[in-house]
Amino acid sequence: MVNLIWAFMAMIGIVYAMFNGTMEEVNKALFESADDAVTLSIGLISILVFWLGIMKVAENAGILRVLTKMFRPLVVKLFPDIPRDHPAMGYILSNFTANIFGLGNAATPMGIKAMQQMKELSGTDTASRSMITFLALNTSSLTIIPTTVIAIRMQYNSISPTEIVGTTIIATLISSLSAIVIDRLFYYSSLRRK
Amino acid sequence: MGIITSISTWLIPCFILIVLSVATWKRVPTYEMFVEGGKDGVKMAFSLLPFLVGMIVSISILRSSGALEAFINLISPILVMVGIPPEIIPLALVRPISGTAALGMTTELIGTHGPDSFIGRLASTMQGSTDTTLYILTVYFGAVGIRRMGYALKVGLLADLVGIIASVIVVTLIFG
Repeated sequence: MVNLIWAFMAMIGIVYAMFNGTMEEVNKALFESADDAVTLSIGLISILVFWLGIMKVAENAGILRVLTKMFRPLVVKLFPDIPRDHPAMGYILSNFTANIFGLGNAATPMGIKAMQQMKELSGTDTASRSMITFLALNTSSLTIIPTTVIAIRMQYNSISPTEIVGTTIIATLISSLSAIVIDRLFYYSSLRRK
Repeated sequence: MGIITSISTWLIPCFILIVLSVATWKRVPTYEMFVEGGKDGVKMAFSLLPFLVGMIVSISILRSSGALEAFINLISPILVMVGIPPEIIPLALVRPISGTAALGMTTELIGTHGPDSFIGRLASTMQGSTDTTLYILTVYFGAVGIRRMGYALKVGLLADLVGIIASVIVVTLIFG
């Protein structure tokens, strides 16, 4: 699926540029964006190193376990495939917490760590049920305080930069709940096909 | 706003304080553990690099050729019929594909229409209530070497669609 999307985005773009006369722009964007992507990855190093370092300390100090215990009832229902005391639970919760507070920088390393743990559980290179549930929630965004948006609104002299927090929370809630429902629907229909 | 800002600024330092205090009290070798965890971070960032380069270049070809814009113009009439304001449609379509492009569009919409206009509020809500599906799937699956994504992309994109429609309805109901 991702192979098709990836190839088609590039192919459609190039063919369209032939008729649209935008080949020069495409040529420029090709190398500039590759450059941007490398800068982005390099920029991720500092965040990944710092947070994975801190989380390793937290894991050894037993903090992840305490966190898991506190929210276990909720998360166990969402991820029935993961054993109750598995470290993946702790990382999933840390990722959710960071996301809720709009700390995207902290959320990504913890999320990747959670994915690694889930991969160890499944032991294949195919996405497992828990992975898809986890990513469905991540892509639907769990943010309740959209700090970047508030900052932009302040820059443009909004009378009330935070007035959109309420609507954002409601919209986030709806999209996250439907992500869970859609994920379940796809899971059960994939079972039936087997 | 004061409270929200101070919560966000205090949260991370306080979390670090708690982690280090508990770890030291339990006699965990904190610095050594930090370094060990950090090494994973370096590996991770480098394994991500080719995934990000591939995806970002492909998206930028689509965008710079003008094909993305043409596609948006093509399906706009259908979305207008559903009640989605035409100004917001490019943002709604780009949001799941490219985070930086969406942020740029949100900024531009807020700048042109004003942050307290209907469009400004809708763009703000939309930007905050969904995330960049394609980026998240690329990064997370890429980092751990998952080849077959299953139905993950379909779930992500459908949830985005619901989120976008929900934003329009909620903002219309509350701010009219």
